Amino acid sequence: MSTKFNAADKTERLLNLVICLLYTRKPLPKAKIRDAVPQYGTSASDEAFDRMFERDKDELRELGIPLVTEAYDILFDDEPGYRIDRREYALPEISFAADELAVLGLASRVWAQASLAGPAAQGLRKLEAAGVERDDSSLIGIVPRVRTVEPAFEPVKDAVLARAPVVFTYRKSGTGEAATRHVQPWAIASWHGHWYLTGFDTGKGAPRVFRLGRIEGEVAVEGRAGSYEVPAGHQPSAMIRTVAVEREPRRAALRVRVGAGHSLRRQARTVEALDDTWSLVAVDFTDTEAFSDEICSFGPDVLVTDPPELRESVIRRLTGALGSGPGNEGADA
Amino acid sequence: MSAMKQSGQSGQSGQPGHGRQPSESATTRLSRLLTMVPWLLNRQGVEIEEAAREFGVSAAQVESDLALLFLCGTPGGYHGDLIEAEWESGHVYLGNADTIKRPLRLGVDEALALIVSLRALVAVPGIGERDAVVRALAKLEAATGSASAGASRIQVLIDEGAGEEFLALAQQARASRRRVHLRYLVPGRDESTERDVDPMRVISFDAHWYLEGWCHRADDVRLFRLDRIEALSVLDEDGTPPETAQPRDLDFGVFMPQADDQLVRLELGPGAVWVSDYYPVESLERTPDGGVVIDLRTADTAWLRRLMWQLGAQARVLEPAELADEVRRGARAALDAYAAVPGSTGSAPVSG
Repeated sequence: MSTKFNAADKTERLLNLVICLLYTRKPLPKAKIRDAVPQYGTSASDEAFDRMFERDKDELRELGIPLVTEAYDILFDDEPGYRIDRREYALPEISFAADELAVLGLASRVWAQASLAGPAAQGLRKLEAAGVERDDSSLIGIVPRVRTVEPAFEPVKDAVLARAPVVFTYRKSGTGEAATRHVQPWAIASWHGHWYLTGFDTGKGAPRVFRLGRIEGEVAVEGRAGSYEVPAGHQPSAMIRTVAVEREPRRAALRVRVGAGHSLRRQARTVEALDDTWSLVAVDFTDTEAFSDEICSFGPDVLVTDPPELRESVIRRLTGALGSGPGNEGADA
Repeated sequence: MSAMKQSGQSGQSGQPGHGRQPSESATTRLSRLLTMVPWLLNRQGVEIEEAAREFGVSAAQVESDLALLFLCGTPGGYHGDLIEAEWESGHVYLGNADTIKRPLRLGVDEALALIVSLRALVAVPGIGERDAVVRALAKLEAATGSASAGASRIQVLIDEGAGEEFLALAQQARASRRRVHLRYLVPGRDESTERDVDPMRVISFDAHWYLEGWCHRADDVRLFRLDRIEALSVLDEDGTPPETAQPRDLDFGVFMPQADDQLVRLELGPGAVWVSDYYPVESLERTPDGGVVIDLRTADTAWLRRLMWQLGAQARVLEPAELADEVRRGARAALDAYAAVPGSTGSAPVSG
């Protein structure tokens, strides 16, 4: 039995069901629907039809189709009838000017890859179905792109929208230590290339900010949707900035080879020539690991003199780069 | 999903066991049909290829969709009840589909994907079309109602970032078609360069601003990260890029490998798997410890060497051997220097 054939068969059945329920003015009882949609005629038994119809109803509702159940006849109200509310079904009549469609086109492409890229494109097509052609010729020379590469993005976004409490394993930035966190999600925001979740950490009894990239494994819903309130006027951006930025900058002393370390020299507080080969450069930083990333990328051209934890972080990575890679300790050829 | 059309470039392509062949679900197809019908009704006689492009599917798929529509209609099943569809000429004509002539309302994800990004666009510094963005946003919010209620709790902040001092200049040069002169820091090579560029687009990608343009030094399209521009001057010269200059497809990042670039194979530990999301990879295999082995192509391996030093024990180069040697030699030289120059607090040097 070909699954492809079955899927096509099912699409046909669902489409006929949608048309039938949109077409009818009065709610239709199940028996009438079974007669009206030819593909139901082939179901072997009443039980098989009932099961199929229940599943179909659920799937249409998941697509956002407003399928309503109403009493078919006031005199016999134990027999429910079904229909799709036309006004609720249809996209309201809105007409967009050509330049508005152009910016909508731009907006639909903000989501690079995966996750919301598909819904954005589908949403745009619905808006364009009405007939106006978008004017891409004037296309704006600005192209913003945002990615959602974090695997946690999708479940966390859904939990934010549903206001559903979640539990996940989270790795802290400084120590790298992983712990289970119970959170009521409030909002998510993309900031400086990373997605962040704001919410109330029920384990800590306080609001917290989480970076989605540090969530490990599954994000599981552990409570009823809509079971808590998001504080009125919650501003995720403000909360994320407070946590992510307002750390006191510290000063690092670096030995930078002459002719190298351009990006460090640009941020430098002071640059002092040590000899023909080396400069002593003072740079402010806030995040030790992030700054250690930058320094390591210069390899032998930049050495940390101070502070010690930055120096150790760099030495640890370089020592690792000397070795034989992940999971192969001592297997160097 | 429209991303399918790029599957040839995607990370998982060509991988046994990844079976990218989409067996489309009945509801995904239904959703497309319910959008395709109003779209076609308003574009009688449109070419099949154009419909295929718009919906991100093959022309054969559009024909098969039309064949299915042809079998559907209002109850009764008689000739006059069915949807009329004709496409033999390569042009599509659709009729008798009044019940589904309007598109379905926007779903929650559709509404919020558009609203969140329109709100982000409003905040983009110097966007010329802010007025159109505001109008489109107001109409969309009114039309989507409750579906857009949660959109305020999903935010994309693109207004901030380094390099903003050059943003206005770059946009102005692009709009007035002027060539610019850049002093630019090549990130992968720690090298300051001078070049003339004909601006094509200004791009914000993962919170970095880029100027994309025709570079006369490389004789090719290049992306310049604004925070790595050391100096930018607008020249009194025409800056229309050559007709052959094609903007890059950014769906898979700002890196654009060429087929004849060198193939590099990397092993990434669990803490470095993100690398496979940030760079376009040719193939990807998972390892038992939660890491991956990836193949990628690059013309220049300097940036990779630097990336390997950053990743430390979380990554290693499997091929080519010369690159693996370069990484080890650089790390060794740096560690030797650390051993020779103690830190200010005298922390003990670590032997490699």
